[in-house]
Amino acid sequence: MKLRANLIIGGALFALAILVGVLAPWLAHTDPVLDANLLNAEEPPGWTWWFGTDDQGRDIYSRVVYGARVSLTVGIVSQLINSVIGVALGLSAGYWGGWWDDVVNALTNVMLAIPSLIFALAIMAVLGPGLTSLLIALGLTNWSFTCRIARASALSLRSQGYVQAATVLGYGDLRIMITQLLPNMLGPIVVIGTLGMGSAVLSEAALSFLGLGVRPPFPSWGSMLSDARDQITTAPWLSVFPGLAIFLTVLGLNLLGDGLRDILDPQSRSRRT
Amino acid sequence: MTGAPLIEVQDLRIDLDNGSRRVAAAEGISFRIDRGETFGLVGESGCGKSITALALIGLLRQPLSIGGGVIRFDGQEIQHLSAARQRDLRGNRIAMIFQEPMTALNPVSPVGRQIAEMFVLHKGKSWREANKLAVEALASVRVPAPERRVNDYPHQLSGGMRQRVMIAIALACSPDLLIADEPTTALDVTVQAEIIELMRNLCAERGTAILMISHDLGLVANVCRRVAVMYAGRIVEERGSADIFRAPSHPYTQGLVASLPRLGSRAALGRSRLKEIAGVVPAITSFPEGCRFNPRCANATDICRTVVPMADALEAGGLVRCHHHA
Repeated sequence: MKLRANLIIGGALFALAILVGVLAPWLAHTDPVLDANLLNAEEPPGWTWWFGTDDQGRDIYSRVVYGARVSLTVGIVSQLINSVIGVALGLSAGYWGGWWDDVVNALTNVMLAIPSLIFALAIMAVLGPGLTSLLIALGLTNWSFTCRIARASALSLRSQGYVQAATVLGYGDLRIMITQLLPNMLGPIVVIGTLGMGSAVLSEAALSFLGLGVRPPFPSWGSMLSDARDQITTAPWLSVFPGLAIFLTVLGLNLLGDGLRDILDPQSRSRRT
Repeated sequence: MTGAPLIEVQDLRIDLDNGSRRVAAAEGISFRIDRGETFGLVGESGCGKSITALALIGLLRQPLSIGGGVIRFDGQEIQHLSAARQRDLRGNRIAMIFQEPMTALNPVSPVGRQIAEMFVLHKGKSWREANKLAVEALASVRVPAPERRVNDYPHQLSGGMRQRVMIAIALACSPDLLIADEPTTALDVTVQAEIIELMRNLCAERGTAILMISHDLGLVANVCRRVAVMYAGRIVEERGSADIFRAPSHPYTQGLVASLPRLGSRAALGRSRLKEIAGVVPAITSFPEGCRFNPRCANATDICRTVVPMADALEAGGLVRCHHHA
């Protein structure tokens, strides 16, 4: 079998990001918030300060390491919320059809028509900044693609022989959806979910950049970028490293999503056999 | 026949609603099946045999619906039962197997789990018990090494094996009635015989009645005690299966029997053309008046073109729907 470079590189990058986030207390050299020392302000990257220091003398490396926790939490949890909402709505709409399908379709169209970041901004404005509201805001605004995919899969799967057989064998609607339809549509859902995680990481960065994310001084990659924009000419390392972290994580997630699609897509699977 | 029948269908009518008007896709369907009996329903594609089966298990979907008549299962009228009550019957007391063993199993779930699910769903067993029962069920349909096979996915099994698994699923709850809709059409002839034999034996052990639906008159007559022949949405003849071959009464049945190829007939009769029934099956929206077989019938007279024949009882037992039956 052909070596799947995208799957391996993507998986490795994502695993690395998770590892860094989990092991942050051991990997970080200093406390990301408390260890500010103005005597070390704006040191360029070197042996002591791997990624340099910011204008308050905090270690950028430690802050990037801790920032992984926020970015990944937001990426994974908010996408999970999106997937659950999207699958629940799309699956039931595709399976039942009728007025429920119309309602879900209308809702999906509305969600697709509003730019999700603007919608998330509006929700954040109501809930106020912070990690929980970030999770809610991003978790409620990006389910439309998952919903579309789930609905389309349910529509094509519900006429399959085994779904009809399950009806004949006395399965209830819910049981059919969970045991017959869901496992058969999981491939594309997982792919969309992985790609969605990447965009959730980006959205977190964008919202934090706008000052609506995690409250300072606790680091997140987006808020670090936001803080660094005044010094981008004098101390470029302040923006380069968190930017690089975002870039690598999102790249990893996108490669992982592509790789998963390659192995999970039934069409490419049948092409191999 | 003694005792109450297991299932009794009286004057069942199935409507097809094609937007502008309703037409009867099947009408005047009446038959009964006793406990443990084997009953065959034979007819060409589109004659209404499969929708009759769907009506029995309450699964007619738009544009089809029950337009009238009574379906009595175990003494209880089931055509107006609530969806939940009908669901309790399905799989538990009435099971069904399909002609496509390739697609009737969930591709992402091990076969053992799909069998076990029946015990969990209808018998309230725990998954542990159900998994044990699944191994037994797989052994009962003579799948070799069942304790290993339960972990196989459908694509790892051959067509015959899959149909065995389907039978195991259908018979898991020892239903009273097994509806077999063309159970062997997709299989090799040798495998067909095995599967039919297996199905018959298992049903006989459990006292399960079989309603077998097929276009293969020979197969049905072989398996079933009684056979009903359907043509264009009506049962035209219902007989004991030996009688139907020996002395078919309805011209359509006569045509069917005459058109069966016989092994060795060429040696006995010389090179002769296989008999056929002239004409084609009428479309569902343009059934002819009177007897629906009249345009293709050699004996058709004026009454056949105007009056719908009633189902007459034959002296030798059975029913026939023809004005001119012997």
